Amino acid sequence: MANNICLNQKECGKSTGFWLLLTLGGLVMLGTLSAFFFLEHHGHIKTGMTNQIVWGLPHVFAVFLIVAASGVLNVASIGSVFGKKMYKARARLSALLALTILSGGLAVLVLDLGRPDRLIVAMTYYNFKSIFALNMIFYNGFFAIVGLYLLTMMDRKLKPWYKPIGMLAFLWRLALTTATGSIFGFLVARAGYNSALYAPMFIIYSFAYGLACFIVVQAAMYKWNDIEIDEAVLCRLKNLLATFVAAALYFTAVLHLTNLYFAKQWDFERFLLSDGGIYTLLFWGGQVMLGGFLPLLLIFSPGARKQPAILLIAALLVIIGGHAQMYVTIVGGQAFPLDMFPGYAESSSFFDGVVHAYSPSVWEMMLAVGGIATTFLITTVAVRVLKFLPEDEIKDPSSTVGQH
Amino acid sequence: MSESMNSKLEDRRDFLKASALVAGVAVGPGVLFYGIAHSRSPEEGASSKQRWGMLIDTTKCAVGCNDCVTACNTENGLSGKTGEQDSQWIRKLNIKHLQTGVEHNLPMLCQHCENPPCVDVCPTGASMKRADGIVLVDRHICIGCRYCMMACPYKARSFVHEPLTEQNPEVPRGKGCVESCTFCVQRVDRDETPACVEACTASGHQAMLFGDLNNPESDIAKAMKTVATTEVRADLGLNTGVRYQGI
Repeated sequence: MANNICLNQKECGKSTGFWLLLTLGGLVMLGTLSAFFFLEHHGHIKTGMTNQIVWGLPHVFAVFLIVAASGVLNVASIGSVFGKKMYKARARLSALLALTILSGGLAVLVLDLGRPDRLIVAMTYYNFKSIFALNMIFYNGFFAIVGLYLLTMMDRKLKPWYKPIGMLAFLWRLALTTATGSIFGFLVARAGYNSALYAPMFIIYSFAYGLACFIVVQAAMYKWNDIEIDEAVLCRLKNLLATFVAAALYFTAVLHLTNLYFAKQWDFERFLLSDGGIYTLLFWGGQVMLGGFLPLLLIFSPGARKQPAILLIAALLVIIGGHAQMYVTIVGGQAFPLDMFPGYAESSSFFDGVVHAYSPSVWEMMLAVGGIATTFLITTVAVRVLKFLPEDEIKDPSSTVGQH
Repeated sequence: MSESMNSKLEDRRDFLKASALVAGVAVGPGVLFYGIAHSRSPEEGASSKQRWGMLIDTTKCAVGCNDCVTACNTENGLSGKTGEQDSQWIRKLNIKHLQTGVEHNLPMLCQHCENPPCVDVCPTGASMKRADGIVLVDRHICIGCRYCMMACPYKARSFVHEPLTEQNPEVPRGKGCVESCTFCVQRVDRDETPACVEACTASGHQAMLFGDLNNPESDIAKAMKTVATTEVRADLGLNTGVRYQGI
């Protein structure tokens, strides 16, 4: 099978398609940049974000990508840290996606800053007590370490470094997602956050979202190169995705059950689980059903073992559910009013005591999709010029090399 | 030879006279203003010997009175608009007990915490606490990430959503940065009280008292020894500089 693989679209005579993809991504990117310059000129008054909902749609998309970026590296980690051959064949694509997805997420975060021109300040002034500042160090380190990791996969001379750097990348990505989850976990004042569970929960989310992104990109590349995925590989990936999705559901359940046990959290839980309108709908319909139970149902359906399309649909659903989860977590967590005086009803000219409204403007929607466009563009170019297509040379995916 | 030396000496005298005059003109007003202001020099910096605080008597805070808010807006150059994207550094809050129905009115502003969450989370250190306890935003290094707004338990911070004009030169503000009550730091550094406190006193309500919590002789320190005061969200252990009585 490996001999028939077209390493890039040019060899396959599909150059037009490549340029078509670049144009598509480029057009979206153009929209994002237009939105950025428009907002840079007029200010955030042209967005739906307010002094009540300070983080909106751009953050939903950006944080999803950042979390998925660390998770997508798992495929490579299972290969190098745990020595699974089937995953080793996918390590390059996994590391590449980790870099490109993180680039997309960070691009949106930066473009949404009130003062994006001060990015250099963010890089040179560090408050080490801030989990946000530590995240910046983790992001930069992630680029460096995963870049080196990729090099050890591509350059035979660097092969001795493959395992140690793979291990470092694995530990670093765990730390990175811990820090990303803690951005919310450390917010002491808000009922929707303020939980140590956010750190491990975000790690589990990253496993699911990252693998889902990997499955979608791999499916697109296989389709492009007319390759059929090996049945054993398909089976492995679907079982792994099912495990991660189930674990994500478990953590979500634990978070809310814990909250339901604390009387002071009842109002928030009632809001989110029952009376929260769009947030309740997105939680149950998006995060739990579309992103949780439905993918599990599909994965364990009788035809899934033979049908790559079923795994692809399940992965796409996990991605949609992931965005719903981020919307519920980020926007829903802010929409619920701060309770400064427990036992009292509060009202003021600054919207105290009321559920805050949020409707994103078209400008911030254009800004938000810029992360996906960035990821898409870099990935498209990279897989064309370098060898990233997963090649399976073995039939038995459970075989291992150098197990610990 | 001697003529040329005399001429040189005269030139030098003229030069020295002119220099002294220029120096006098340049330094004089500064010395004069320093004397008038009776305040410490900018080089002196804030001191941890002081901790500025505020005591608000909710029983004296009148329903419908908005004088503190208006004074704050005038002093700091805020528009006074109350849309979802407009800045509000101080607001009148009405709280009503859910069981008894008892109501209180109070001004809510930055509580100038000893352990401010906004300062902890700020990635660049733009959110900072002066030695004298006043919590500020350094507008030069604020990148506008709004994490401090997520972290503040009092919703005391605002983000500048649009370009600003006609600002008060003493209170620079800017699009894309976060801002909040500064205790009118420009006035405090001149040994004056914040504009809201001055307005509350002028209106005759006397609901707001400002002073040095560390000075046992200050009115605020004496008052806090005699009345029961409340710290909003005391459970968070932030040790706020603003306290309330009558709740």
